[in-house]
Amino acid sequence: MKLAVLIYEGPYNHEASDSAYNFIQAALAKGHEIRGIFFYHDGVYNVTKLMEPPQDDRHIANRWSELGAKGIDIVVCIAAAKRRGIVDDVLVPNVRISGLGQLTMMAIEAERLVSFGD
Amino acid sequence: MAGDVKKIMFTVRKPPHGSIYVYEGLEVKLIMAAYDADISVVFLDDGVYAMKAGQDTSKLGIKGFEKTYGVLVDYEISKVFVDRQSMEERGLTEEDLLVIGEDEETEEPVRPKMIDSAEIAAMMAEQHNILCF
Amino acid sequence: MLHTVNKSPFQNSTLESCLRFVRPGDALLLLEDGVIAAAAGTAKSGLIEGALKKNLSVYAIDADLKARGLTTLTKGVQVTDYAGFVDLVEKFTMHAWL
Repeated sequence: MKLAVLIYEGPYNHEASDSAYNFIQAALAKGHEIRGIFFYHDGVYNVTKLMEPPQDDRHIANRWSELGAKGIDIVVCIAAAKRRGIVDDVLVPNVRISGLGQLTMMAIEAERLVSFGD
Repeated sequence: MAGDVKKIMFTVRKPPHGSIYVYEGLEVKLIMAAYDADISVVFLDDGVYAMKAGQDTSKLGIKGFEKTYGVLVDYEISKVFVDRQSMEERGLTEEDLLVIGEDEETEEPVRPKMIDSAEIAAMMAEQHNILCF
Repeated sequence: MLHTVNKSPFQNSTLESCLRFVRPGDALLLLEDGVIAAAAGTAKSGLIEGALKKNLSVYAIDADLKARGLTTLTKGVQVTDYAGFVDLVEKFTMHAWL
């Protein structure tokens, strides 16, 4: 099945990002297609390379980047990003900044849009 | 597939202004309205306060969105509903709701339509996807 | 439909609100702080007990239960994992009660 995932909350502060990641890993293991992952609201902070978590903690941005390297389209909302000072220069590899039109296409094209937030 | 227009619903459950959810949620609605989708918006729980007339955010120094919600119909978003029980629990009536545009033919002001939870639940079950803000 | 709830019933009324809109045959998945609703013998256990009586399937994510040390659950709540979550998403269209 073609799935899309929408994430509203920033990393570490809220469990949403972890739940989404665990859900996506399970979906991939079952052979589902991830049509896209869209970061909105404070979710845009998930993919900045400026984060430096303690070594014994998970590195949330790198986890997303690794999923992006598998060919999953990971999109950061440009309007939400600009408002919060997130620009191309600070993003980890394999993610991109684009508009809400991308979220629209995910909502239309994916058979299920699964949202994680507060 | 041509003619296969997807039903997309937005639910708004959070009160306005305490967080950015309602404001940025509105931005999504306006963009999505430009695409080929059958859009509906349902305000429930504290979300009904986003549809209350007389919001003035000037003293907060934030832009507010009453003016934009006031022209939803111009964006061709006219399936706008509020949950009756959420309204009643908060002592709100249809007269407290803001105008979201005017009827194309009669030019009468259009307000969100108040419906029961059973109707909302039935509408939810018909959707292709639902986004909650 | 699949409904997901991620708030404790002690924190706000999200679960109560969700339960007003569920229909027979629907599924409810508790995750994150939402799993607190699945605990047996709390002042809020009645919410899930009532939901189960109304022919609603109730699931809770094991990782979230374990993280919170919740082991005594209301009878009828089905413990599942993220793979089970994916199966529910495959079966139902969903609404996340955020």
